[in-house]
Amino acid sequence: MATDQIIVTLSGITLAVIVGWYFWFSEKKVTRLATVEGGVQEALIKVKGGYSPDVILVDAGRPVRLNFLREETAACSEQVLFPDFGKQATLTPFKNVPVEFTPDKPGTYEFQCAMGMLRGKLIVQ
Amino acid sequence: MKVVDKVCGMELESTGTFITEFGGSRYEFCSATCKEKFDAEPDKYIKPRSQSATYRVNKSGIERVEIPILGMDCASCATTIEKNVNLLDGVVAANVNYGSEKLYLDYDPNLLAVEHVVEAVKQSGYKVGRAELDLGIHGMHCASCVTEIESELFTSSGILSASVDLAGESAHVTYIPSAVQIDQIKKVITDLGYEVTDSVSPGTDDGKDQQDENQLAREREYKTLLRKFIFAGIISLPVMFFSYPELWGLPRQFQRGSETLQWIWVAMSVISLPVMFWSGSQFFTGAWAAFKNHSANMHTLIATGISAAWLYSSTAAFFPQIFPSQELADQFFDVISVVVALVVLGMALEIRAKGKSSEAIKKLIGLQPKTARVVRNGEEMDLPVEEVVLDDVIVVRPGEKIPVDGVIVEGSSSVDESMITGEPIPIEKHENDEVIGATINKTGSFKFKATKVGKDTALAQIIKMVQQAQSSKAPIQRIVDKVAGYFVPAVIIIAILSFVTWYDFGPQPNLIYSLIVFVTVLIIACPCALGLATPISLMVGVGKGAENGILIRSGEALESAQKLDVVVLDKTGTITAGKPVVTDVVTADGLDVRTILTFAASVERGSEHPLGEAILEEAKNKKLKLMETQDFNAVPGHGVEADVDGHRILLGNIKFMLQQNLDPGELIQKGSKLADNGKTPMFVAIDKKVAGIIAVADTVKEDSKEAIARLKKLGLEVVMLTGDNKRTADAIAREVNVDRVLAEVLPEDKAFNVQKLQLEGKRVAMVGDGINDAPALAQADIGFAIGSGTDVAIEASDITLIKGSLNGVVTAIQISRATMRNIRQNLFGAFFYNGLGLPIAAGVLYPFFGVLLSPMLAGAAMAFSSVTVVTNANRLRRLKLNK
Repeated sequence: MATDQIIVTLSGITLAVIVGWYFWFSEKKVTRLATVEGGVQEALIKVKGGYSPDVILVDAGRPVRLNFLREETAACSEQVLFPDFGKQATLTPFKNVPVEFTPDKPGTYEFQCAMGMLRGKLIVQ
Repeated sequence: MKVVDKVCGMELESTGTFITEFGGSRYEFCSATCKEKFDAEPDKYIKPRSQSATYRVNKSGIERVEIPILGMDCASCATTIEKNVNLLDGVVAANVNYGSEKLYLDYDPNLLAVEHVVEAVKQSGYKVGRAELDLGIHGMHCASCVTEIESELFTSSGILSASVDLAGESAHVTYIPSAVQIDQIKKVITDLGYEVTDSVSPGTDDGKDQQDENQLAREREYKTLLRKFIFAGIISLPVMFFSYPELWGLPRQFQRGSETLQWIWVAMSVISLPVMFWSGSQFFTGAWAAFKNHSANMHTLIATGISAAWLYSSTAAFFPQIFPSQELADQFFDVISVVVALVVLGMALEIRAKGKSSEAIKKLIGLQPKTARVVRNGEEMDLPVEEVVLDDVIVVRPGEKIPVDGVIVEGSSSVDESMITGEPIPIEKHENDEVIGATINKTGSFKFKATKVGKDTALAQIIKMVQQAQSSKAPIQRIVDKVAGYFVPAVIIIAILSFVTWYDFGPQPNLIYSLIVFVTVLIIACPCALGLATPISLMVGVGKGAENGILIRSGEALESAQKLDVVVLDKTGTITAGKPVVTDVVTADGLDVRTILTFAASVERGSEHPLGEAILEEAKNKKLKLMETQDFNAVPGHGVEADVDGHRILLGNIKFMLQQNLDPGELIQKGSKLADNGKTPMFVAIDKKVAGIIAVADTVKEDSKEAIARLKKLGLEVVMLTGDNKRTADAIAREVNVDRVLAEVLPEDKAFNVQKLQLEGKRVAMVGDGINDAPALAQADIGFAIGSGTDVAIEASDITLIKGSLNGVVTAIQISRATMRNIRQNLFGAFFYNGLGLPIAAGVLYPFFGVLLSPMLAGAAMAFSSVTVVTNANRLRRLKLNK
């Protein structure tokens, strides 16, 4: 095997490992929601090719209000779904669209766009 | 100091002579006469605080308010409320009038807030007829503005409470709708110098505006994508032209290795930049945003692919000398512009197709009426539908939309309910019949009382249920979710490994082949098709159901409804109409049907027993004139008797006749024959002689038999479940062709019987009315609730049939099967496409056939695979629900 081939092979494998690690195993930043007046746990989630923040920590049994602000017109992110809570919202671009519900049971729930390409996690404690 | 005489209006210099204290204020007059006039009737001269004067202030500062009360059904309710309200401090007098359904309250505002009274009414078990309103307010700067608005609102008549939020620039107002209208509330605020914007929340109209706005945004996005496509397409033409000089047989100076071509490459490198960063901007922004979140999507793949192609090609264009051999210095600018053009076109087409998929819900939202002609205080007024409150009386003219749910109080008409129930034939409606909001009044005018408004109306609930179902997941989606989470990074890894493999083992020039394979793998993978496959079909399927009056609660319900073995039908109210009617009248010799019915109906006059009601209904249909009765006597379990027009009439079962020592003669056989057919025979005796039989039965709905035959045709076993005796049950079962009958089942055992069938290893659907059958519906694998009128959100059911026909069960199963078939096609297509496309792109065919996929073909395939999925789902909209 020629030197260039060895270099390409090794860097390819390394790159593949990095890709796998970065997308599957690296720790994501968890955002804990602040509680505002009236005991509502509230946060602003920006939607642009993804949700940021996308891992959200809330307390069980208290109402949650997630304000989605869609900063793009790409059709992908038009809807946000919370399948476990039967909630959905159509996000009007550049407009604050609140989604409200009260998670009762602790656990990890997903939220996503209609196609499941954009995803976020709601961790209920 | 100048003052104004409230009585004569004269402006005068204050002298302090003729003065009166009233309601906490001082009033001065020009003369003793004016003062006397004022003292006699102060209300007459003090302008009420607003036009609708439900608040009155009297001399001692006591306020009087009228509060409408809801839910009073007896006069004693009035006493209960009065008692509870009177316990409050500050109440001077509380009077509840059962007739006007109002609480007249005199109270001291210093000691008591109306809110407390409302609370007390609530605790007595009744509701106050109040409404809530949210308004947006602009122009507030400080907390004192808040106090100002709040106190002004609070002292306005008809307003129970008001809270203003400075940060949210909004106000929440509770008010009594009969006393004050929204416009007046707004005026209070604008008069203070603030700007009021329309309701920040509820209002059904709001949803519609949002819908329109989203529609516009979608249109704009579509147009932008088309422009991006056109730009990339135009650039593609020269780029393609100069990329294949040998193909077009161009002159020598344009062939590989020439200096001219080298300069053309440089130009192509530059011109590719706007293609990438304008036409393909969404790929980069999308990829970057996803990357920040440690996730990857379609954009990541495309962005990586075209970036790799551009970097390599530009290096070849600008620095061809750094490549060890001339053939390695090649370019792929054609790939960039063609792939961007195709994928962008695909995205545009997808938006178009997706717009169609959600048409059903859009149609439902569009059904919402805007205004209602409400009668308040004897006047007809057009109000926005959000202002309609419970118990409002609303006038509907021919051709108009019925604004909310209610009950007709006056008039009759035929109503087209097809938009809600899917029933194409207009329904005749009379007094006391239910009407559903958003349906269209065809022929007559009528007045109705609102029983459900706002988010409680059938339409609002239907919309909510459909939206919920469309956002839920079918269990089949779980597999897809697992795959989707790993898909994109896996594709990137495959692309990298393919690159390495081709570099190490591929033919020369290996770098070129490696790069082509790398880019092709990235571009052909289509996570969109995979992600869209289930939700888009689910959306169309649930929408299709709603159009046909079938509300499917969730994706799970839709999926379960396709694989059923047994359908259990409750008899009463499901197979039958649930309301007994007179089916036969048998007479003894010499008597006619009308006479017997007239006597029987006269005896039953005012009866609330279902059998009696059936006879009365029949008499009404035949337009019989009822007679006065005397000496009425009911014998429990047997029948009733009374004197009618000088004759002694007995009406009851056979036991009653025998007990009275009457001989029914040959009628006894006729009676038992009727009973064999599932009817209830009631004997009529006139003056101690049995004169005839009136048979009453719960009749089978006209389409039940047909629906049961269709269920059987779908391969389902049909079982009838009833609490009735075996004889009646068998008779009905024979009529509708049901083979298996579970009769004499106590209501509490229905669920148990469903479970028994499940233990036979069968998947069971239960069909019932949702009230008595709730446990059985919940026990079944799928519970179908047959709705009646406006009760659409029946908790225990998985599927609600708005129209009370059993055919809905067949339709629901057909829709479920068609939708699941569609989802499977989509998933198969998506998996098959990716499963086949990825290895081909990676070049597995090369060693055998020497073929390698062009990245441009990959781009075309990828762009149209997701369009195909959406188009396939849209086929469901045209699903023929064959009868």
